[in-house]
Amino acid sequence: MEKTYYNPKDLKKFGNISDWNPELGAKFFEYYNSVFAEGKLTAREKSLIALAVAHTIQCPYCIDAYTDDGLKKGIEKEEMMEALHVAGAIRGGASLVHGVQMMNKVNKLSM
Amino acid sequence: MAVKSLHARNNSLSDPKEQLKFLSNGVFQNGELPKFAEKIEPLGHLPLKPAELEILQVNVGYMCNQVCTHCHVDAGPDRKEIMSRETMESILDVLKNTTVHTLDLTGGAPEMNPHFRWFVEEASKIGVQDYIVRSNLTILRANKKYHDMPSFFKEHNVHVVSSLPFYSKSRTDKQRGDGVFDKSIEALIELNKVGYGKSGSGLKLDLVYNPAGAFLPGDQAGLEMEFKKRLFDDFGIEFNSLFTITNLPISRFLEYLIASDNYEDYMDALVDAFNPAAVDGVMCRNTISVGYDGYLYDCDFNQMLDMKVNGSKTHISDFDIKALSTRDIKISQHCYGCTAGAGSSCQGTVV
Repeated sequence: MEKTYYNPKDLKKFGNISDWNPELGAKFFEYYNSVFAEGKLTAREKSLIALAVAHTIQCPYCIDAYTDDGLKKGIEKEEMMEALHVAGAIRGGASLVHGVQMMNKVNKLSM
Repeated sequence: MAVKSLHARNNSLSDPKEQLKFLSNGVFQNGELPKFAEKIEPLGHLPLKPAELEILQVNVGYMCNQVCTHCHVDAGPDRKEIMSRETMESILDVLKNTTVHTLDLTGGAPEMNPHFRWFVEEASKIGVQDYIVRSNLTILRANKKYHDMPSFFKEHNVHVVSSLPFYSKSRTDKQRGDGVFDKSIEALIELNKVGYGKSGSGLKLDLVYNPAGAFLPGDQAGLEMEFKKRLFDDFGIEFNSLFTITNLPISRFLEYLIASDNYEDYMDALVDAFNPAAVDGVMCRNTISVGYDGYLYDCDFNQMLDMKVNGSKTHISDFDIKALSTRDIKISQHCYGCTAGAGSSCQGTVV
């Protein structure tokens, strides 16, 4: 077993997940590639979304992959940071909006 | 950014042998990554052979007004290697007697060669189809004696190919030095003024993008769209095409990769992005590179690694098209830079 949970070299082995289930693996990667192709959203916009989501789910592989992808696509570091703040705002907002639930409960239980 | 060339700093990497040693050791010696030859052999491309010679790329000297961090030529103001008029005359003779359709002048800053204008005038008389001058742009604004260069280029129907690593100041200046972006923009505006890059003018202005760091270039068409939009919206600048070029792990870029601890990951990325389809189109197959001293190389990168063409006739004064067309092209691990992704050449992607 590895001594750490994450190894940067494992990112390159992502495709290996198909080894133990080729059918579903192939379907997943076909879907994945279609998702990131130019569409109504540009590949550049999708890359920024992916970077923000990567930070939200805190996936080190995805952060590596989509930082590199962003640089390749000419995305500037300031744009990347803005995208992260969108993720941070939603994430923070998601905690805080539950404050309403807390307030409801407090109000219900308090005299 | 580096303020002096490797050469001026007496850095061991200024010796091509040291660079070649580096490119064959480590991950390539212990088998972690395959050597370039091993990668092209199964494709039937070993030895790598030339196709028809179409391009003569001439390096007229290593002198440059800039000292960019990524420069594979290790060019700079301290470099005194300059092509002589005699060598230029030999090149003109070759041009008259071959089917080469593209003459591609590079450097350093080609404009700094004292015989540059004479050479352009003489070569344009021969009537090659495509006559390229690779300009770093800032030289056009560096000194009054270069201010008329856009009109001079126009007069001789030169195809201008200019380096502009990015459409924003911060990334450009980081790679090429403070103030480079603003000067480059001024030069592009001047080129546009005489018609370069304007539709219908017939005067071609292409830009070259290369990544400002240890990552590979993205999709050429996507970046071109972005460059066009940003340069037009911000400065009203127009140009024809954007060429994306991969940084090759030699000279100052190699120094940067090593110093920033990116070398192995970068080589890994290049090998990982190896595209068999790009091998057919690598530029060494249709190009001969001529060094400032008249020696012949398979490409500008091999020139910097001092890997002269195979065979006994290695100088422009002995130019032998027959021998050159049957030679084995010299390769090393830096060649992965030209076969990664959509491929890379001085004309951009190759796939």
